[in-house]
Amino acid sequence: MHEITPKYSYRLDYKKGIQWPDLSFQFLALLGASVILVLIVLVGYELYRTSVLSIHNFGFSFVKNTAWDPVADIYGALPFIYGTLVSSLIAILLAVPLGVATALFLTEIAPNKIRQPLITVIELLASVPSVIYGLWGIFVLVPWMRDFLFPWLKTTLGFLPFFKGPIYGVSMLSGGVIVAIMILPIVTSFSREVLRSVPNLQREAAYALGATHWEVICVAVLSYSKRGLFGAGVIGLGRALGETMAVTMVIGNSPKISASLFAPGYTLASVIANEFAEATTDLYLSSLFELGLVLLVITLIVNGVAQLMLRQLTNGASFKN
Amino acid sequence: MNVIESLISMDAKSLNVKNNVKTKLPVFEIRNFKLWYNTFQALNDVSIDISANLVTAIIGPSGCGKSSFIRSLNRMHEVNPGTRMDGSIKLFGEDIFSNKIEAAYIRRRVGMVFQKSNPFPTMSIAENVLVGLRLNGITKKAILKQRLEESLRLAALWDEVKDFLDRPGVSLSGGQQQRLCIARALAVQPEVLLMDEPCSSLDPIATMKIEELIQTLRDKISIVIVTHNMQQAARCSDRTAFFYMGRLIEYSDTRTIFTHPLNPQTEQYVSGRFG
Amino acid sequence: MQNINLIVSRYRPTNQFQILRRYKSSFISTLLGLATLIVVTPLFLVLFFLIKEGASSLNLDFFTHVPKPTGELGGGMANAILGSITLMGIACILGVPVGVLGGVYLSEYGNTKVNYWIRFFADILNGVPSIVWGMVVYSILVVPFKTFSAYAGGIALGLIMIPLIIRNTEEVLVLVPQSFREAGLALGIPRWRIVFSIILKTATKGIVTGILVAIARISGETAPLLFTAFGNSFWNHNLAQPIAALPLQIYAYAISPYEDLHHQAWAGALVLMLLILTLNIIVRFLSRDVARNSSYERN
Repeated sequence: MHEITPKYSYRLDYKKGIQWPDLSFQFLALLGASVILVLIVLVGYELYRTSVLSIHNFGFSFVKNTAWDPVADIYGALPFIYGTLVSSLIAILLAVPLGVATALFLTEIAPNKIRQPLITVIELLASVPSVIYGLWGIFVLVPWMRDFLFPWLKTTLGFLPFFKGPIYGVSMLSGGVIVAIMILPIVTSFSREVLRSVPNLQREAAYALGATHWEVICVAVLSYSKRGLFGAGVIGLGRALGETMAVTMVIGNSPKISASLFAPGYTLASVIANEFAEATTDLYLSSLFELGLVLLVITLIVNGVAQLMLRQLTNGASFKN
Repeated sequence: MNVIESLISMDAKSLNVKNNVKTKLPVFEIRNFKLWYNTFQALNDVSIDISANLVTAIIGPSGCGKSSFIRSLNRMHEVNPGTRMDGSIKLFGEDIFSNKIEAAYIRRRVGMVFQKSNPFPTMSIAENVLVGLRLNGITKKAILKQRLEESLRLAALWDEVKDFLDRPGVSLSGGQQQRLCIARALAVQPEVLLMDEPCSSLDPIATMKIEELIQTLRDKISIVIVTHNMQQAARCSDRTAFFYMGRLIEYSDTRTIFTHPLNPQTEQYVSGRFG
Repeated sequence: MQNINLIVSRYRPTNQFQILRRYKSSFISTLLGLATLIVVTPLFLVLFFLIKEGASSLNLDFFTHVPKPTGELGGGMANAILGSITLMGIACILGVPVGVLGGVYLSEYGNTKVNYWIRFFADILNGVPSIVWGMVVYSILVVPFKTFSAYAGGIALGLIMIPLIIRNTEEVLVLVPQSFREAGLALGIPRWRIVFSIILKTATKGIVTGILVAIARISGETAPLLFTAFGNSFWNHNLAQPIAALPLQIYAYAISPYEDLHHQAWAGALVLMLLILTLNIIVRFLSRDVARNSSYERN
């Protein structure tokens, strides 16, 4: 072909055309990525398909019915929606202030020597599985609450409808508290990220006006990060909604709606966990699936909102759940 | 001007090599080549013949398109999304953009050395040199061993590293790493070697070593080198092409470009009036 | 910022308002410290009770025996431990290749638009409650075959792993400098070999770390297993049958009325926690190395 061919002994295999190993690998990788889309469709479709029986049977009133009677084959979702929402609400009412406060402590006060170990501890908190929190909840937290905290609440705040009624230990409040403990790490770490993203210019401007350390925090930092901290709270809520095991173990599992927080409750996830394997009729099973669908929809909406809020904050790079 | 003239005259001996061109076919025939990055036109109507067995230097101010030009020669511009091209480039008479061939085929025949040395961090010196061969399917130990020594000798690195070929590639100094990258490119036995400002991140001594290397290689392989250092172009190359604002302004013998260029823009650039 | 703080505080307050401001400042600091203490305490309480209640029930029997029939004392969780390992193995066989390949696609082949949507949906999948995964796998794997199985449990766990690993792999691969890809391309190496032998090799530590984190996460998952793997009081040698798992056993024992089983639940929980802690330590160890050599190029 041309004379300057060097006098070396071995030529590379000069394949000219399009190579199929390259295309196959790219295709494999594409398959891997498209599994995500497949899964989304799968989850949505399966839940819908299995709930169809219950949907046809009860229609929209499923969401409003309070009766959950496997014997009579009558099912309603309201007690569980109530339970999920109330326990999650308690959880974020407890976890968000504590989490933001801790995040403030970590970013503003803690010297480096304390900060790193504290962060490690909080990460460890996040890695404890739900069932272990539940175990600890049954045998440590609930007895303590039953014997000390609840009576104290009853005597001091017993005029409120939330703190009336008999004390069993397992209760809506216990469920809320344990979920609060479980979502604290994620609320704290997101809040930390939010606080750290406040540009120093804001702080310095406030200092330059002669503000004390905490006035700076209130004025410059917190007001700037209001939306982000709210997003952290919504993320925590999204997590709280899906918690199953620990809640099942401490909430009492009674499908009654009650104003008192001392009364046992029942969440969407807990009823599914408890009764799924023993659902006797098709309608029973289908209703449980419909509860799962309701749970999925609520969770997706909340998580979607949280993602949007945080995406605004970090423009594109998303936080891991 | 005088400094450059003296540098040119020191290399008078090497100019004779040019007359011993062993083939008549040019390495690259570029005709009406245009290149766009999205809407920005980086190269406009470039036509040039790059001759074999010579060192051809590409010079010009920053942003004139010389990097874009050299990257097009082995289709590396396709790595950046949004690039469009028009015109033709032929490698020894073969259209490199033809539908029938894969870019990797061209890239095995046209080697490239980058501005900043980039030996693979997870590989030893030997593995780095041989990676092009191994991953292209050559595994016979005898051949690999021979190529390893050949390439490292050509890159003037053999004596420095022959005793510890198993050390990680990134443990070498900057200049050595660049020579390692040159050895890596040479191991694949390309017909052309493209060098995109290979010395810009090196100190003067390392730069000198690489320029010496280029001199020893010029008999065996065609070299196209992009440089923003005019003295380097004057020292090392046989032919020089001056680019400005995406166009080829002038292309001729290095001596001519630096002593009496035909184009006034060339003259302004080489005399340092703009850069 | 610290320096400014010192300068500000050196300025002595001269009137009551200023003094009140200073006290308010320290008061708030104390409150925040207290909040942090409250947040951190549960971990120590949990660990304390795990060790206190669990360690005493850990004996050789625990690791070698299967559960005794209801009412009888003794027995262990050996089958549950093996079952958990089996389930995690199945989960990894599904989750790791799919996740890593998907991450490779996002990083090496995808374009901005496609990637955005895949990431978006992956994040959505990460937020699906794990019990929902259990229900979905129940309806596609348990109902048609009319049996609970290890396959179903492992696949449910694997599905949870996939979005986690895809996101992590993508993030790690994107960090590999572009110059390595270009160097590989310039040598004429086929694209897939560049990704496989160079890019993935460079990013191995990060990918492995992500996998370990995902394993730690699914090792404690109970809800998806409730109606897929279902649990088993005996050894299981058939993957198409129900299988015991550590978290399932802990749950079953914890809600049972027998004190002996409660002790065993604590023991099981201790073992599970130790496993998770070990994985976390390994991850930390690997990450520290990466942080130290954070730049891939050394000058």
